[in-house]
Amino acid sequence: MLSNIALGRFFPGNSLVHRLDPRVKIVIVVVLLVTVFWAGNYLALLTNLAAIFVFMAFAKVSFKNYFKNMKVILFIVVFTSVLNIFYAKGPLLFKIGPVAITKGGFDNSVFVACRLVILILISSLLTFTTSPTDLTDALERILKPLSMFKIKTHELAMMMAIALRFIPTLLEETDKIIDAQKARGADMESGNALKRIKALVPILVPLLVASFRRAFDLALAMECRCYNGGDGRTKMKVLHICSNDVLAIFAVVAVFLLVLWSNFWALAVHL
Amino acid sequence: MEKFIDIVDLEFNYEEADGGRKINILDGVNLEIKKGEFLTILGHNGSGKSTLAKHLNAMLTPTAGDVFVRGINTKDYSRIYDIRSTVGLVFQNPDNQIVASIVEDDVAFGPENLGIAPEAIRARVDDALRAVDMYDCRKEAIYNLSGGQKQRVAIAGIIAMRPSCLVLDEPTAMLDPVGRDEVMRVIKKLNKECGITIVLITHYMDEATDSDRIVVMNEGKIARIGAPLSIFSDVDFLKKCQLSIPQSVELLQKLKAHGVQIPSFVLNEDECVDVLARYFSANAISR
Amino acid sequence: MSQIEIKDLTYVYSAGASTPKRALNCINLSIEKGEFIGLIGPTGSGKSTFAKQLNALLKPTSGAVLLDGVDIWQNSQVKPELAREVRFKVGLVFQYPEYQLFEDTVYNDIAFGPKNMGLCDADVKEKVLAACKFVNLDLNLLQKSPFDLSGGEKRKVAIAGVLSMDPEVLVLDEPTVGLDPCARESLLEQLYRYHKEKDKTIILISHRMEDIAKYSDRVIVLSDGNLVMFDSAGNVFGCDKVLNEAGLKVPQICSIMAKLKAGAIPNLNDKVLTVDGAVTELLKFV
Repeated sequence: MLSNIALGRFFPGNSLVHRLDPRVKIVIVVVLLVTVFWAGNYLALLTNLAAIFVFMAFAKVSFKNYFKNMKVILFIVVFTSVLNIFYAKGPLLFKIGPVAITKGGFDNSVFVACRLVILILISSLLTFTTSPTDLTDALERILKPLSMFKIKTHELAMMMAIALRFIPTLLEETDKIIDAQKARGADMESGNALKRIKALVPILVPLLVASFRRAFDLALAMECRCYNGGDGRTKMKVLHICSNDVLAIFAVVAVFLLVLWSNFWALAVHL
Repeated sequence: MEKFIDIVDLEFNYEEADGGRKINILDGVNLEIKKGEFLTILGHNGSGKSTLAKHLNAMLTPTAGDVFVRGINTKDYSRIYDIRSTVGLVFQNPDNQIVASIVEDDVAFGPENLGIAPEAIRARVDDALRAVDMYDCRKEAIYNLSGGQKQRVAIAGIIAMRPSCLVLDEPTAMLDPVGRDEVMRVIKKLNKECGITIVLITHYMDEATDSDRIVVMNEGKIARIGAPLSIFSDVDFLKKCQLSIPQSVELLQKLKAHGVQIPSFVLNEDECVDVLARYFSANAISR
Repeated sequence: MSQIEIKDLTYVYSAGASTPKRALNCINLSIEKGEFIGLIGPTGSGKSTFAKQLNALLKPTSGAVLLDGVDIWQNSQVKPELAREVRFKVGLVFQYPEYQLFEDTVYNDIAFGPKNMGLCDADVKEKVLAACKFVNLDLNLLQKSPFDLSGGEKRKVAIAGVLSMDPEVLVLDEPTVGLDPCARESLLEQLYRYHKEKDKTIILISHRMEDIAKYSDRVIVLSDGNLVMFDSAGNVFGCDKVLNEAGLKVPQICSIMAKLKAGAIPNLNDKVLTVDGAVTELLKFV
């Protein structure tokens, strides 16, 4: 069922990672992401992975959930690494028909797969330990300087918060509509591509109509609760940077430097 | 009791998009709502009761006539937030009125819009969640809650704005019996213990038994206003307005029609049993 | 041979996941053709899951559902379209069925099911008109968009969309929720007429005990995925203790009669299901 997807889910808790300031968490995640792309060899990736495992251990979210997320993305990982196999030159490893697999291509694809897995771990770590409200709230504050350029940061954050709020609701709704149309004999399992696309109409139209209805109701409810955009709004949760946050930032900067060093180290060995 | 909400000759109509035909939703409604009372509005679908509800906090403004909330005309756009934080509106579908993913974050939404200081918001949110018995669930994700719990969070979201009046538009229509009981208990508690004026819109008579006054709407007009007992006593009128009648009331009505001399009108099951027991122990011939 | 036979039916939600939930637990029962069955149970008792088992939307984890003596999942590995055949015989109306409407006209929406059955245009038309008659739908609405109708009319169209497949068994999951009392009563009357006139089996899921008591021949009581009772309506609503334990109430009229029997009128026959029945019984003592 669709509603079993763990992607973007939040697991409430009170661990060290849960308690970090969400702004700091976003900054950490950005730094870690940059670091992953910077990492040029396995040693650098390993350093990165080790740092993430430390955070994961502190977050106290069951490791099973990370694997669940991995399963959803598995297709993309396999797809990109297969693409990468053909992309590099080097000594020939073996041949399957006309397709030549080179050592460089093989290395490349394994490396890209590792990178993607680490990226998934990082983003899961963020969404698992940060409530959607905190996440969008932090994003709004980080993006605040952009409002100088007339970018509506509050509205952007609000839209994101509402989208996150309604993902589970709409997934459930989709399940229900699929069942209802199947009960009327809709055939979604057989036929060619065109027939299958046509079979989606009885699902997409009601889903769209339902989304509009919900949007209309929600807008009304928000008006009833005196919503008037971001001006003059206050927040219940005040964010402070505390010592743990500073510590976390130092740790991540250290990881960043380590990865840089291992890149150079590998380069030096080559030379 | 002081004059709190005053509805004067309220008319609301709109023109159909294609035909240009004028459709009257509300047709000359006059009603005064007193502070602290529990008022129930009964009426079938399309009788105009939801439209009336939206007039109470300036979600809609009258085509003709006026609505005053604490003396403020709802047409006065500059005072709209005063009106909306005085009269809160709760809708039928709990899912479609919850903005945030976490219970306490959603309850904070209203006070945040009013620009209240953070510590004060915290206090209001905690109070509101306690008032609806959802304090223990404050960190829960919305999608893990039952329908009744979601509706109580929606009520808390309004209560946190500290309104003096709560208008609920069929708040139990989508809930199972357990959820209905939870929500009705909370509504009664808010009225009795917190002194909040309640305007409850429903088509279930059994939810109306404890209210101070009942307004019956039909075809955009107020068909009758009265105490629950006097409204319940006229079964033919209720049927004409397409309302559901509790089985206890129907039973006594039908017995009377067969010539059984019972003092008719009761509100609930136990009173019905009492009345019948008294009658039959006085008059029964055992067979 | 019973029309529907349920044998040791067990269903576990998301088998293999970290927290599997047993939604149905070893259910055994059989339903005869032409019965009106009430299905009651608190939220989460497995009513909706049970309904989806009957028309092959969910596959049993173990056990079997037999329709006219044939296991509905038999041969489904070989021919997946057999599951679809079951859905034409067992129609299922979901909660808030109006949310499934999608066609440009009311006619096309009601015709969606019959068209999926592969009927010719003339047959489709006949089925659509017959379905409209049963739900008392104004034929002038047929060429309108379903999204322009009122809530009550949309509900009628959606139910007609299942009736038009002319199923032998009709399962309805809370068909009256959200309707006003008048619309509710007329919908139930129409369903009852359909059941009587065409001798179709109906399984009605509802939280409203008064409605279940009024129409059902027999009542299934589910609680936590277990079959608690399956008996005549009179017997089920006579067991208020069992129902209360399952988190259910008896209709108000049953509890009034039970209290009178326990107090003022010991000789009273309290096995009644409707107000009219109660009036008849009480008049015997005047």
